[in-house]
Amino acid sequence: MVKKSAERIYLTIIFLFLYLPIAVLIILSFNDSKTKVQWGGFTLKWYKNLFSDSTIMAAFGTTIFISLASALFATLLGTLAALGIDAMKKRNQTIMIGATNIPLLNADIVTGISMMLLFVRFTRLGMNTVLIAHITFNIPYVILNVLPRLKQSSRTTYEAALDLGATPFYAFVKIIWPQIRPGVLSGFLMAMTMSLDDFSVTYFTKGAGINTLSTMIYTEMRKGIRPEMYALSTILFLLALVLLLFMNFGPSARKMNKGELSP
Amino acid sequence: MRDLKRQLLTGPYLLWMAGFILLPVVMILYYAFTTTSGHFTLLNITSITASIHMKALLLSLKLALLCTGICLILAYPLAMILTKMKVRRQGFIVFIFILPMWMNFMLRILAWRMLLSNNGVINTLLNTLHLPALDVLNTPFAVVFCMVYDFLPFMILPIYNAMARIQPDIIEAARDLGAGSITIFFKIIVPLTMSGVISGITMVFVPALTSFAISDLLGGGKVLLIGNVIEQAFMQEYNWNLGSGLSLVLMVFVIASMALMSSKGDEGGAGVW
Repeated sequence: MVKKSAERIYLTIIFLFLYLPIAVLIILSFNDSKTKVQWGGFTLKWYKNLFSDSTIMAAFGTTIFISLASALFATLLGTLAALGIDAMKKRNQTIMIGATNIPLLNADIVTGISMMLLFVRFTRLGMNTVLIAHITFNIPYVILNVLPRLKQSSRTTYEAALDLGATPFYAFVKIIWPQIRPGVLSGFLMAMTMSLDDFSVTYFTKGAGINTLSTMIYTEMRKGIRPEMYALSTILFLLALVLLLFMNFGPSARKMNKGELSP
Repeated sequence: MRDLKRQLLTGPYLLWMAGFILLPVVMILYYAFTTTSGHFTLLNITSITASIHMKALLLSLKLALLCTGICLILAYPLAMILTKMKVRRQGFIVFIFILPMWMNFMLRILAWRMLLSNNGVINTLLNTLHLPALDVLNTPFAVVFCMVYDFLPFMILPIYNAMARIQPDIIEAARDLGAGSITIFFKIIVPLTMSGVISGITMVFVPALTSFAISDLLGGGKVLLIGNVIEQAFMQEYNWNLGSGLSLVLMVFVIASMALMSSKGDEGGAGVW
């Protein structure tokens, strides 16, 4: 019994450690007071300011665009690559999977810097360079989500379809696609969250005047914190909550084992 | 024949990676080994031994090790408790402990800055209780604290996954054969979760070693990590050659620590059976 309550207490402490900062952010977003931490009554004015602030809204738009576009493109390239890798010999597969893992494990700051060095040689830094960079670090997540599904899918059914006269494309749509669809979807969602969360790579590859939420909050924080940031945090936390609930308990309910991506 | 055609689907990916992973690394190598006028030099690499750079690298290593250690100590018992829970509730509770990982990285830093600042929440609380104020913002302590907060879920998840895969039969068999709780822990649970621990350590150590945003925002310019030195070389001094040289050194450190980890991982995994 003592052991049981010790466990409970431990869980509670870690839980508080993880959520207290978030809870305080949420409370402060409704706080009608200039001095940061005194409670001055309930207000929604920071939310109103937030939605009328063009800098924040522009950064919000950029973030959504970059994460959706990069995840879509990465899903396309990654799924094709996974289909190709699946058809390879065992030895080549191992090499390909190893090579796919490398960018995942590299330090963000090095990834960002190395791409910046390349981009400035050929073009101006801007929205496109951020998009290319995000696609690049997103592709491995898609491949590593789709490949296990392909391995599980039955090869004989596909071959039977071909023997019965189906074209490879028709057989793919009717047989392989339904089997790998959950993997493609979770790869897409994972790529999107990685892109939403990224700071370092965006910081080095973005042009002047372009900001995602991460880089904007970084700049803001160096100047000091505005209460509008608390309102923004609350909204983003709720978005993350909804997205993650959907991923875990939604139609494609499949555990996201990020930990299994590294060797 | 058909297989060969299908393998071609990897083509666009390979081209993309050659262009945007391999070529950029070549660029770093080029800048690292040349002077601003394009002549060959080793000075950018050897400048890591300059006292200011060396100090930053050693501080980064120290803080990253500290952060990884704290995360491991916090996460391991937590994973054990989570695995023992009733299956029906488990999914949701694990979800709760993973959720903060998906909240924007910058917002998590923002939260801690607000809690720790001199007129922040913690100090206001201490003040109303007539306790002395805490002055931790702009110290290495604040940086480690925030790193632990940021990276803890990355440690919890792989250890939990490894622990959840342990068959209860194995533990029961050991108990039937007379093993006590301590023997079971060291002979079964620790070896079988080693792979999870290893990937947790890499997933915490590498970002902690290379981060520059946390030390920048919570260290107030007083905590200079190797990431900050590199960032400043690029964004403030516009000395790309020096920045590339130091990045290359950092990359070698990351690769070396990962190689060390994966060799340890193999031993741990093979020693079990």
